[in-house]
Amino acid sequence: MSEPIKLRGIHKQFSGKTVLRDINLDIAAGSVTVILGPSGSGKSTLLRCINHLEKLDAGTILVGDTLVGYRRRGQHLVELPENLVALQRQRIGMVFQQFNLFPHRTVLQNVMDAPLRIRREKRPVVEARALKLLEQVGLAHRISAWPRELSGGQQQRVAIARALAMEPEVMLFDEPTSALDPELVGEVLQVMKQLAHSGITMVVVTHEIGFAREVADNIVFMDNGAIVESGDARTLLDSPQHPRLREFLSSVL
Amino acid sequence: MSQRPDEDYAGLRIVGHRHYGRWFSAVIVLILLTLMASSVFSNPRFEWDVVAQNLTEASILNGVLMTIKLTVISVLFGFAGGTLLALMRLSANPVLVWVSWVYTWFFRAVPMLVQLFLWYNVAALYPKLSLTLPFIGEVWTASTNEVISPFSAAVLALVMHQSAYAAEIVRAGIQSVNPGQLEAAKALGYRPGQIFRQTVLPQAMRTILPPAGNEVIGQLKTTAVVSVIALQDVLYSAQIIYQRTYEVIPLLLVATGWYLLMTSVLSVGQYYVEVWFSRGNAPARRRFFRRAANVEDHQL
Repeated sequence: MSEPIKLRGIHKQFSGKTVLRDINLDIAAGSVTVILGPSGSGKSTLLRCINHLEKLDAGTILVGDTLVGYRRRGQHLVELPENLVALQRQRIGMVFQQFNLFPHRTVLQNVMDAPLRIRREKRPVVEARALKLLEQVGLAHRISAWPRELSGGQQQRVAIARALAMEPEVMLFDEPTSALDPELVGEVLQVMKQLAHSGITMVVVTHEIGFAREVADNIVFMDNGAIVESGDARTLLDSPQHPRLREFLSSVL
Repeated sequence: MSQRPDEDYAGLRIVGHRHYGRWFSAVIVLILLTLMASSVFSNPRFEWDVVAQNLTEASILNGVLMTIKLTVISVLFGFAGGTLLALMRLSANPVLVWVSWVYTWFFRAVPMLVQLFLWYNVAALYPKLSLTLPFIGEVWTASTNEVISPFSAAVLALVMHQSAYAAEIVRAGIQSVNPGQLEAAKALGYRPGQIFRQTVLPQAMRTILPPAGNEVIGQLKTTAVVSVIALQDVLYSAQIIYQRTYEVIPLLLVATGWYLLMTSVLSVGQYYVEVWFSRGNAPARRRFFRRAANVEDHQL
């Protein structure tokens, strides 16, 4: 189960400063897209627009057939009430740079809470799924630990399992390894690689060029709020056309 | 300093520093305490037999119940109102923000005693209370003096007062929750009401509880002001007795004893509630106790 994402004419300002300008992007169902770019280029903001953590100033975002965050009324796009946005977000998983596990819930509770409380699924069903997911991310032995007892890499793997427990059609990763010690980055990327082969649509904001080269189908390079270059991952990394991208790649490699 | 670097320390036993000053000060303080205690128990004017006699007197016990009733009601409704005020204050609606601010400003500014007299005498402002619905007309009416008894005046004043203080405590708690927690909950598809109840409030409680514990104990003691409108709480019950018998000090000691007992029970309760809400963060607390224990081991 995966859905395509269509972004059309996205504009976004923060108090007068334009952070996204005229973004148009098609992400195929089941593909892995990596968004690269220097800090402040708007890549995280773009990702956060996809599940409406940020409002748009212009443009539309479609996940599958669903217009995210808005509905059409005559010639206007009216922002949806939060309860309806919440319904849309159930289908869009997100993983954060700072993990954001719920500190007052155990590992297993973190993974089980949303399906139990939001989708009101039966406990045995949710528990079986949660245990399977924690097994997949290699943390079946820590189910009763508190988040703060885990390393950063372990916390991030729980966060991935927590997002997957809602069986989303799309997964968004906002710099998932940037807050980790270098030696812990690998275990998180390993889990993401597994996930990439599962056929879910993935959009990943990262600085891990190695991950992009190995796993991504497409790469989008952003600078100063706009898409500078995008296309097939290997082609783009091996023969970048735009001088800005060449400069960026030579500085991070 | 003066030791030679090659001096042989092997086989020497390490002994802690001897704190003779601590022994000395402890002895002095213990002597002073003993003197005080002996004067308290040997001075016949404390009249401990009268204290013991009145401690479980029926009217005193009823007074204790009244104090507990006022505390429970004003804390429950006060914190419910305080939570509402905190949410108003943090809302995006400028009118609600302003109203919440003005409420807190007013009810924190006016002394409890003044508020109590104002509510008790509200009949002077509104002699009659009535509920009128459009198209139906008057459905309920009563004389204000029948509705505003000493008890309801006390409850009104205590709740209004408490909610103003609770509002600030709850607001601080809500603001202490990491915004990343809200985003994580949103991203999973939680609705705003669920986010507040299941993500924000349980985490805010860690910040809310210590000042709230203060507030509850403070409120228990504040209820003593109701004696001025002749509501029979534990203090007023004691006053009634000593106005008849002139055993002022023993009866004030009876009231003191009950206040001590009630606040002690609350303090113990607060400790366990705090332990519950710090789950997931418990290592910090345990580490603190372990460090304290280590220090003691070292001294022995």
